[in-house]
Formats: sequence, C-alpha cells, structure tokens
Amino acid sequence: MALINESFFSAEGLEKRLAGKKFWKVMMTEYWIPKDINFLWAMGVVLATTFSILIVSGIFLLMYYKPDTALAFDSVNYTIMQEVSYGWLFRHMHGVAASVVFLIIYIHMFTGIYYGSYKKGREMIWISGMLLFVTFSAEGFSGYMLPWGQMSYWAAAVITNLFAGGSLEAWGLVEWIRGGFTVGDATLTRFFMLHVFLIPLVIIGVIVLHFYTLRIPHVNNQTSEDIDYDAEAEKYLAGNKKESKVIPFWPVFLSKDFAVLGIFFIFYFYLVFFNYDFAMDPVNFDPANSMKTPTHIYPEWYFLWSYETLRGPFFDMLGMKAGDIGLMIFALAQVIFVVFPFLDRDPDVLPAHKRPRFFIWFWIMILDLLVLSVYGKLPPLGANSLVGFVATGLFLLLWVSLPFITKADAKARGAL
Amino acid sequence: MSNTNRRDFLGMSFAAVAAVGGAASLVGMKQAWDPLPSVLAAGFTTIDLAKAELKPGEPKTFKWRGKPIFVLEMTKQQIADADAEGLPKEYHLNLNDKTYTLVIGICTHLGCIPAWKGIKWKCACHGGEFNPSGKQIFGPPPKPFVVPPFKVDGMVLTLGETGPESKAMIAARA
Repeated sequence: MALINESFFSAEGLEKRLAGKKFWKVMMTEYWIPKDINFLWAMGVVLATTFSILIVSGIFLLMYYKPDTALAFDSVNYTIMQEVSYGWLFRHMHGVAASVVFLIIYIHMFTGIYYGSYKKGREMIWISGMLLFVTFSAEGFSGYMLPWGQMSYWAAAVITNLFAGGSLEAWGLVEWIRGGFTVGDATLTRFFMLHVFLIPLVIIGVIVLHFYTLRIPHVNNQTSEDIDYDAEAEKYLAGNKKESKVIPFWPVFLSKDFAVLGIFFIFYFYLVFFNYDFAMDPVNFDPANSMKTPTHIYPEWYFLWSYETLRGPFFDMLGMKAGDIGLMIFALAQVIFVVFPFLDRDPDVLPAHKRPRFFIWFWIMILDLLVLSVYGKLPPLGANSLVGFVATGLFLLLWVSLPFITKADAKARGAL
Repeated sequence: MSNTNRRDFLGMSFAAVAAVGGAASLVGMKQAWDPLPSVLAAGFTTIDLAKAELKPGEPKTFKWRGKPIFVLEMTKQQIADADAEGLPKEYHLNLNDKTYTLVIGICTHLGCIPAWKGIKWKCACHGGEFNPSGKQIFGPPPKPFVVPPFKVDGMVLTLGETGPESKAMIAARA
C-alpha cells in the first residue's frame, strides 16, 4: 500500500483513501447505457424508488405498530390511522406502494421477456431478478398479515397450510411455521420479524446482486443490437456524443428516468390520496376471527394468477387428487419463470416482434395471466371453475411449447 | 510433507468443529420456532354431549386448539344415507343409541372453515363440500374432515387425549 501523507481532514486526503471519484466513474459517469431504449427501461429506477418509499413509510409505521394479537388491529386502525399525525398518509403510502411495486415488477419482467434481455450473458440478471420477485412476494405476504384483520388472518391460514403438502400431510411443518396449532400470536410476531427485518435485509442484498449482474453485460436495447461498449464509450468521451450509441448512466440516463419517475409519481400519489381503497380490502377492517372464515377469500391482485392455478384443477385425474394437482401446478408457477433463459432455444437475442411465433406466445401468455387473475378473484362456482381449469391448462401448455416455438423461429430465420 | 499433513489436519479439524457447531445452532434455531410448552399444554377441551343441547340435523361448533370442532347429531335420514353409501359404523361416534359426526371443522384442502348449509358443509374458499358424515363430496378437498383424538367418559369427551373410539373413527377414514 502506498502510504498516504495528505491529511485525513481534507477533501484530497479523503479522495486518496477512498478513491470516490473512480468509484463514481465506474458506477455512474462511465457506466454506459444504450441510446436506443424507451420508457420501459426506466422501470428499474422506478422500482428502486418505490422500494425506498416502502422503507421510509415502513419506518414510520414501525414506531406505532404492535405485533401482538390483542393490540395489532387497534394499533393500525386506531393509533396509526387516527392519532398519529399523518399516520394515515404513511399507511396509505405503504399499502399503495406495496401494490404498485408489483405492477412495475410485472412490467419490468415482461419488458425483459419481450426484448430477450435474459440470455446470452444476461442469465444472471434474470435469475437475480426472479429471486427479487420471490422475496418481494414473501415480503408482501408477511406484511399483509400485520393489520390482523379477517383477510390478514385467513390469508395467513391458507398460505401456511400450503406447507402441509396436500396429501403428503406434513402437518408438523405447518405447526412449526405457525408456532402453534393455528395461526396465532407466535405466528404474528415471527412474521412481523420477517417483514421488518430478515426479508428486507435479503431484498437489499439481492438488489445489490441484481445491479452487479447488470453492470458487466450492460442493459439490452430496443433492437437487441450487440454494442461494442469500449468503442462507443471512447467516441462519447472524445466528444462525438451524437455518433456514439451510448450515454452515461449519470447524468444523462438518470435525467430521462427522472422524467418517467415524475409521471409515475403523479399516478402513485393520485392513488395514495384519491384511490387508496383499492389496496384496503373492506373485509380486513373486521378483526381477525379464527372461528369464522369470510364468505369469499382471495389474495391481493398480484397473487391472483398463481392462486387460480392452485384451484384450477377441481376434479381428480391421472390417479391424483384435485388438490394435489393444484398444489403442484401452483408450486411450478412460482418457479417456472426462473428457468426462462433455458427454455428459450433461440440462439439469437431479438425483440419479440422479430420472432413471429414467440410474439404470439408472448401475448397469449399475457392474456392467459390476465384471465387467471380475473377468475382468481371470482368465486369458484359453475362456469368460473371451468374457465379457471382451461386457463390453468393453457398456462402449462404455453411453458411446454416454449422450447419448440423458439426453436421454430430460429429455424425459419436460418439461425439453426 | 509432514507440514502439509499438519495443515490438512488443522483444516479438517476446523471444518469438523464448524460443521458440528453449525448443525447444533440450526437445531437450536429450529426449536426456537416450535410451539411453546404453554401452547401445547392448553390443548385439551371437554365437551359434555348430555348438556350440549344438540338438535338432530343441526351441527354445533366447539373450539379445540383454536380450531373449530363440528358436532352433528345425525337424523335417521342422514344415518340411512350414510348406510346406503356404505360407510362403516365406525365412521361416526355411536353413544347411547345416538350417532354423531365429530370432526375438526377445517377444510382438508387449504384450511378454511366450511359453513353448514342445511344439508352439507360448504367451503367458501375453493368450493369444497362435505356431507353430514364429514366426507368430501365435491371440489378440491382430498379427504374427509379429520377426526380429532378424544377420550370418552360417559357422555363427556376430552379432546386432545386419545381413546379406542377416536382411534376406530380415524382408522375408518384412512
């Protein structure tokens, strides 16, 4: 190590010790982003910002929330909502952001799928991103339990019961997760710990990993062009900003992101102030009651599609119980997106509109997820059950067909 | 050479101690999440069928370990239906010439509490249905309502303990 003689108490001395300028260059002013992108490339920064809102609003809720079955409901619905100055605002900001963050995650995910931003060197970005989806889901679920209303309670009862494993009857596991025979005080307190400490810690770690996996392969662009970043960066630094195909992350790319963020904030705060109800189920304003299931229970909108695959199969087939088949499809639906890069057999990175069969696959998948979401909210009666069953079947069929469809596209193009 | 072996020994000793310590920590952490002794100790409930004021055909709900217990004194018609279906006598609790359905009132699909709809239990969560004997008749439930362990003393049932009647009922549903 070169000994440093400059004083610790000087800007120069601090720079010598930390090399902040170099760090800033690598992370910001010489982190190159392609020019050929659109507003969908701003979703990462929108997500990072929404996550920050969740942390800040969460800190303020944490100061008055009480993780005790006797106190939780009132600490939210009386103390925070009525007594704490702006408590209602922090709660609505937290609840709406928790819902909106999933909307942006889905947009972010399907942007990646559409433009092929998950393969040929970008697999780790995709996998770390899906890891974030899973941890955010766990965070959403554990947070939903905390107000201790009827929906909180029964969502907790149903989801923890999934760990019984259907006909496997792994009953001991459920009671271990709950810390009791039913969802109760021990369950609430431990999920409180998970929600405010362990899962956020993991999420922050995985966000850092997600950024890191992106830094080396760089972000994809609208035509999926393979850019020589060194050559283009040289052009930009030499002053040929017009000819260069890239821009620095800071200040150029982020200034565009801020414009998108501005529009996002208008949408977000409109919801917070005028339409917060959509994130507040009326059933959850009844205190939790372990002896009475609400007449119809359903998860938040962002879990509806996978919930519908759980109850899609409503009759026994192939020698298996309906509930077990649903459980298997549900488990599959949670993890299948992770292996997307390996199911896509097309060797080229191209946007979906340059891959005609995949383009159709993409929109059918979106449509199917929408149908599953709509029917996940409806009571499972009569024709609803049938639609759910067909949409669940289509969901499986789409995944089975993905390798063949992507291969056929590549063959038609002459790439295989 | 002897130097390398000494380092190998040190390395393996370190790994062994770390593995044992790590495993022991995991066991401790697992046990910290187990239900507490007070929770386990509170797991007994008595139901006196002589004083429960049951009406045939109308189930009552009791609470045991935070779970609902459905007790239904069956009508003659319901008994005849169960016989016609071929359910064994041990499917129900037979006491003093009366026949009861005695089950944990939790849907065997995903744990919601079904509601009694005059002739059957219907689950609001995913549409599962159970007949008056507690057998699944529609939807995703994979098996009948579960029978809790109980001991019979005259007309008094102690839930949480176990006896020949509950063993026979549980066996009849296996």
